[in-house]
Amino acid sequence: MVSNEEENWTLIINKKSNKSILQILKSIFSYKDLLFLFVKRDFIAQYKQTLLGPLWFFIQPILTTITFTIIFGNLANISTDGIPQVLFYMTGITFWNYFADCINKTSNTFLLNQGLFGKVYFPRLIVPLSIVITNLLKFSLQFFLLLLFWIYYFTISQGFFIQNTILFFPLLVLAMALLGLGLGIIISSLTTKYRDLSFLVTFGVQLLMYASPIVYPLSIVPIKYKWIVLLNPMTSIIETFKHGFIGVGVFEPFWLIYSFVVSVLLFFIGVKIFNKVEKSFIDTV
Amino acid sequence: MKIENVAKQYRLGMVGTGTISHDLKRWWYSIRGLEDPYIKLGSDNKHEEISGDYVWALKDINLEIKKGEVIGIIGKNGAGKSTLLKLLSQVTSPTSGTIKIKGRIASLLEVGTGFHPELTGRENVFLNGAILGMTKKEIDSKFNEIVSFSGIGKYIDTPVKRYSSGMMVRLGFAVAAHLEPEILVVDEVLAVGDADFQKKCLGKMKDVSNEGRTVIFVSHNMTSIRNLCSKGVLIKNGKIDFIGDVDKTISNYLKDDNLNEKDIKTSIDSSLSTYSTGDAKFKNAYISNDFKSQTPLNILHYQEPFFIHTNLLIAKKLSNVCVSYKIVNEYGEVITNSYSYNRKELLSFDVGSYTITFKSPLFLLPGKYALSFSIFHFYTGESIDLIEYFNPFRVLKESLNGDKEYPWETVKGYVEMDEDWIINKNK
Repeated sequence: MVSNEEENWTLIINKKSNKSILQILKSIFSYKDLLFLFVKRDFIAQYKQTLLGPLWFFIQPILTTITFTIIFGNLANISTDGIPQVLFYMTGITFWNYFADCINKTSNTFLLNQGLFGKVYFPRLIVPLSIVITNLLKFSLQFFLLLLFWIYYFTISQGFFIQNTILFFPLLVLAMALLGLGLGIIISSLTTKYRDLSFLVTFGVQLLMYASPIVYPLSIVPIKYKWIVLLNPMTSIIETFKHGFIGVGVFEPFWLIYSFVVSVLLFFIGVKIFNKVEKSFIDTV
Repeated sequence: MKIENVAKQYRLGMVGTGTISHDLKRWWYSIRGLEDPYIKLGSDNKHEEISGDYVWALKDINLEIKKGEVIGIIGKNGAGKSTLLKLLSQVTSPTSGTIKIKGRIASLLEVGTGFHPELTGRENVFLNGAILGMTKKEIDSKFNEIVSFSGIGKYIDTPVKRYSSGMMVRLGFAVAAHLEPEILVVDEVLAVGDADFQKKCLGKMKDVSNEGRTVIFVSHNMTSIRNLCSKGVLIKNGKIDFIGDVDKTISNYLKDDNLNEKDIKTSIDSSLSTYSTGDAKFKNAYISNDFKSQTPLNILHYQEPFFIHTNLLIAKKLSNVCVSYKIVNEYGEVITNSYSYNRKELLSFDVGSYTITFKSPLFLLPGKYALSFSIFHFYTGESIDLIEYFNPFRVLKESLNGDKEYPWETVKGYVEMDEDWIINKNK
């Protein structure tokens, strides 16, 4: 036997081989073309054979904003801190939709792709990652729409202004992506064997929206209970954005850092669990 | 590539509330640094006699495959072939043991994996290629080759949901055929497509192996295994039963365990039916050298007449049915196929037991053979009972009373025709 070649194995498959985060990222990088193609596939396939096509990206937030304006703004008379209602709701919805889509669509990665995963190996994390990126494209289109509304309201009412916390914007989006992805892949890993959690996800995300300052400003929450709402990492992400973008909202550095830390932590935990599950989920799914 | 002590355990039955207690116990053991409490449990992969909740789909698999070897893996359904392929292609990980691989490995357990129906053929070529591990640049450079290999041509910009299933398979295989890994793992993907395309695929596979790349190939088609592979691995009940020359492996696979000259198995267990509706069942089958003889044989002499007898138990009144007897060679290929309809009217049976005897007008050449037989509805073609590869038997080179012998060293062909030679000198 050629003993000096013994160590040069390209690939070793056994039960214990646990990859480090760095190795995982490296393997994803070598499949970056696949990542790009998945994003393209999801984006193109989403609105194939529809008349309005990508216009649906805009119709969704507009219809939701109208509904919120009627129900929460006019019927329930919830304050919007002096901001035009349409703008206030649309800001929240645009942000929340991105987060919710990330969780909802990544949380069934294993279940939806078992046919594919059962036949060929590639780093499984590519799939949820591609979902997050696809949603990012959708988010940027919707953000563009939001910007148009912002300009319109700015020219007619001038009741609000930009503050320099807007510089946090890229970080806020990143934190949101990590949070959505992290939670999504944790849930998808846990549901491979026991499906119970998947029942919780859809309406859980919906309920979580009411625990985040989307339809109401954080300022109307009684001080006593404020910390409970702030425990939700999405709260300060949204509030900081509102603070920068429309000049209302609460900017609290401590809670913002808390949100960042939680997001990054959940992401790493998610990647670890996901990576453990991906090796043999096909036997139990 | 080296496979060391690989084993794979599966839990039987459904995932339910019972599983969580096992999971918790396993977790509790792993926290204390102990071995998995269930790892010692589990039966071998013998389908009839599994007891308990766990089964070893594969156990003690040790195999070394050298660069450039073309290995055929054969075994019965459920023997563990696919599990082994799944482990090799990293779809799932082994319960214990290690697989070490040198070089880029690509596996092809299915053609057209990940095709998206809404995307065009062109987009899917890129997607599928990337899923199989090619980079965009590689696909770009081979794109024209892929399209011309698939023969899809002008349909390439149509969404694949408009394709026929045959076109889909061709496109899928075309992409896969242009992979250039050092090690290629292939499951029975060749069993699809029309005859022409299958030939093309086999040719391509041969090219791949001639280029000195390693190929691991699983198939039930012994002909393609024999054409492609140089070495065979026989898996039986989750264990490696035989490794060696491909012809030897195949005949080992087809050889029945009970081929023992003294003890011939003639009764047919109902589990042997490949397909059965239950309306009729072959109860036993044997070969003899005399019409009336009840003595089963598994060795015939050269030019010895032979008879095939079966006992058929009819559970339901049947009409317009037909019985067929086939003789297959040691690789499972059908060499003769005789239908009762060729010589008689369609058959009708009342409930009861029947004996069906077949007299062969011809002789078989020396070699190893087995029987396949079936009863089926003539008009629909639906099988009522179908037994494949039963009662293997051998034809010797010596004749029965020793006065004659098959004169040639190697036997070519299977059947000696009832022939005459007429030789005249031309004027």
